[in-house]
Amino acid sequence: MTEIIQKVKNLSIGFKSKKGEEILILRNISTNIKKGETVGIVGESGSGKSTLALAMMGYVKHGLYTIGGECEFNSSNLLKMKNRDLEKIRGRKIAMIPQNAGQALTPNLKIGYQIDEALQLHSDLKEEEREQKISELLNKVRLPSPETIALRYPHELSGGQQQRVAVAMALAGTPDLLLLDEPTTGLDVTTQAHVLELLNFIAKDTGTSMVYVSHDLGAIAQVSDRIIVMYSGEIVLEGPSRDILKKPIHPYTYGLLKSIPKLSLAGLPQSMPGSQPQPGAIHRGCSFFDRCDFSEEKCKSNSPQLEYLEQLNTSVRCFNHKSLMNDSQVNQTVNKIKTSLQDKEILNISEVSISYAKQNLLDQVLNRISDDNPTVKDININIKKGETIALVGESGSGKSTILKSIAGLLRTKGGIIKFDQKRNLSSDLKERDPNDLRIIQLIFQNPDESLNPNHTVEEIIAQPLKLYFGLKGEELKKNIIELLQKVRLGEFYMSRYPRQLSGGEKQRVAVARAFAAKPDIILCDEVTSALDVSVQAAVLNLLQQLKEDFGTTYIFVSHDLAVVRAISDRVAVLYQGRLCEVGPSKDVYQFPSHPYTEVLLGAVLEPDPDIKPKLVAEDIVEEKPPQKGCSFQGRCSRILGDICKNEIPPWQITNSGNSIRCHIPLKELQKDQIN
Amino acid sequence: MLFLIIKRILLGLITLFIVSLITFVGTEILPGDACTTYLERQAFGEQLEACYRRLGLNVPAYERYVSWAVNAIQGDFGYSLSGEMPIKEVLGPRIKNSLVLASAAIFIGIPIALILGIVTALWRDKLPDVAISTVTIFAMTIPEFISATLLILIIAIWLEWLPGIVIVPTDVSFLELLPNIILPVIAIAMIMTAHMARMVRSSVIQVMASEYVQMAILKGVPYWKMVFKHVLPNALLPAINVVALTIAWLLGGVVVTEVVFNYPGLGRLVIESISNRDLPTVQALAIILASIYVSINLLADLMTLMLNPRLKTLQIRK
Repeated sequence: MTEIIQKVKNLSIGFKSKKGEEILILRNISTNIKKGETVGIVGESGSGKSTLALAMMGYVKHGLYTIGGECEFNSSNLLKMKNRDLEKIRGRKIAMIPQNAGQALTPNLKIGYQIDEALQLHSDLKEEEREQKISELLNKVRLPSPETIALRYPHELSGGQQQRVAVAMALAGTPDLLLLDEPTTGLDVTTQAHVLELLNFIAKDTGTSMVYVSHDLGAIAQVSDRIIVMYSGEIVLEGPSRDILKKPIHPYTYGLLKSIPKLSLAGLPQSMPGSQPQPGAIHRGCSFFDRCDFSEEKCKSNSPQLEYLEQLNTSVRCFNHKSLMNDSQVNQTVNKIKTSLQDKEILNISEVSISYAKQNLLDQVLNRISDDNPTVKDININIKKGETIALVGESGSGKSTILKSIAGLLRTKGGIIKFDQKRNLSSDLKERDPNDLRIIQLIFQNPDESLNPNHTVEEIIAQPLKLYFGLKGEELKKNIIELLQKVRLGEFYMSRYPRQLSGGEKQRVAVARAFAAKPDIILCDEVTSALDVSVQAAVLNLLQQLKEDFGTTYIFVSHDLAVVRAISDRVAVLYQGRLCEVGPSKDVYQFPSHPYTEVLLGAVLEPDPDIKPKLVAEDIVEEKPPQKGCSFQGRCSRILGDICKNEIPPWQITNSGNSIRCHIPLKELQKDQIN
Repeated sequence: MLFLIIKRILLGLITLFIVSLITFVGTEILPGDACTTYLERQAFGEQLEACYRRLGLNVPAYERYVSWAVNAIQGDFGYSLSGEMPIKEVLGPRIKNSLVLASAAIFIGIPIALILGIVTALWRDKLPDVAISTVTIFAMTIPEFISATLLILIIAIWLEWLPGIVIVPTDVSFLELLPNIILPVIAIAMIMTAHMARMVRSSVIQVMASEYVQMAILKGVPYWKMVFKHVLPNALLPAINVVALTIAWLLGGVVVTEVVFNYPGLGRLVIESISNRDLPTVQALAIILASIYVSINLLADLMTLMLNPRLKTLQIRK
């Protein structure tokens, strides 16, 4: 038996509500972390996973307090320890890699100093030795030219580089246990895959134990030996990672795995009903009761205990796990999407370029934008009525910029956006007439920010109805109720405020608001990325249903390629504001042809330990598109030479109607995929 | 960086130009002028003409503006009406007095404000915070004419420790002025310190709740090192601009306190010259106070820029 380094015993953490009630965030958690193993803690937001990770460092956030239990490290309870003693353990024995390194690095201190600080505190090295060590650490996390990086301030690095610095800082104290709190959330797909690969390498190289906290089963699958699944403050399932991902014997994990869209499977995943209960809402019975497909009468009043199953080496909190055990292969069934494509083209984007460059005085007078290397250039897409077209690419690829221009929030530098073959929409909002504004509606990423917190749901949905159709009184109310029913919300939601709704419900209200204008085109800007996985599937299914009912056209922007695969008819791949590939989703996903598409698809993490990401290109961040030649030349692994650097590649069209912009001949591109 | 400084200075000069225009136009539009005020009931006929000629008021307005502006740039603001003294000489000692008052308030007020703000933030919701916060909120809400009057009543009249009002000539030496400024300084510093302490407190609390401070704790950085290295530099940066505005306010805006204590500073001069309809002096004061605001704000912005690495690189990149 391997040595245990951290022992969590009956840990409960909570806060006092305004009424004086004790509300639990963590409920009676017990687990052990063994030496050298990587444990993944997975759960949705509010499941208590971060609180648990912080407790393992003896840290409890302001406002929370320990109600019972202990976190034992080297046979002393961290939660009872004095700060002075904790300072000797934190960073030296147990180190943390934070979620958002951009926020977690102190802005006024140089990178080198921040790593040096950890070295000063946790090693006996002399000054020159420390300098040497800083370079070594930065090298280890594969940052280019460590000496110059050390002299930079955090904001001068890209997101991926900041995350690497955070890893280097955590490694400075050569800890026995590394806690990682969503370390790759918020990074681009390719960067995320690289950082995970680095973490895997470090785990093997140093033999450090890791606790990896994430909501993303795909990332967890890549790194962990063992998985702990948390739901509303409890451990519901704990066991070896392969078994949990392949044969989950808890209904929540089962449903969660089914609701994740997969690259290999077109169509929408099945959604789980409802959402996770608020802390303190459940007093009796199983906390998953409301959403469970396998529930029985006894689940309502009795809480199941965590039961250890010897033969599977797994603990599970469910009365019914035996019935799941026999048939729990995650056979994912998907709802095939019906295409409601019509021949009529509804939106023509031709030769559009958009620039963020500041106008100088002369340009302002002449009302023009002179920028020979604009952020977005040469976009040609014709969108058919009833189509769902997805724009994909990493951050900075210009996908949101294009959406903003279509919506009229940003004027174009050149080119034409035409609606219905005749109406020119190239101008910005001020010059569009009300009907032009009505036909295009936006749904934003984060409903917390896009819904006015001081308006009730009724007022929010009433606004477009009043503005575009002049509805009043009873008729207005009838329309609002109809719209709410369409997004599966009851009439009683009308008087609620956004803060009284869950994330999924808020996004439904945002969807209802967009549909209230009876638009022809809806622009969806990362609409599911702020939502939990189990809720995401429900929102995607809802969007698909509404589209079939109303014949709406969607322009869907997302960084999540699996989500795009699930919902879209056609995909446009963008890099640095230039199109790389446009084609029907099934072709783009099955025959990744453009080198950049290959890079993107290779980096997608699937919740399956057998599918490893393929890292094709380096995750360098380019600040500006190159002046001439192919936009992807800087990172392309298949670059041909001068032709790629000097000439803009031509469009090549495959038999299936897939357009690829690359200098490599089609035959050559296809041959490589067969191998 | 240099380009930015030049740009900011130019913008400041434009601001001053606009201020001077507005005050000039304003004084033109007002009924009556320097001569009618000075001559009062004799303001007609020959005498008025003579006065206009003497003060150069008989030429068109734009010419007067240009000649005034040219002289003002050289530091010559013309003559004050009441004493027929050069305004330069009237202003000199007043500026000095205001500077003395302001610097005393700053040297006492700012360190106290910083300490109180930091202490209340670090011991948030504990006894020191509750006690100090109660006092500062109290000090903020009492208007200065009440606190000033109470100070006079208690310290000057009942205890007879210090003079209640300033009855020295305007141009006394610093040492003679010293005992006179103690009460005004206390009255001003109370309000100023309370405001700044509250601001520092919320700024420090905000930084203490940030992810990078949590990270520093989890890195094992000892508490006080964390406070001095990770918290204070980031929390006090926004304070620079507030300090700048406070200094500008101290130099020209503490009118009420100056009047209550009969203190011969710039603030009181503003009141006096307005009630005497001494328009040349009002004009000169407007320009001087505007220059103080503009230059102190410029300095504060440059300091923030210098100390905040984030802004610095942004500027260089542009």
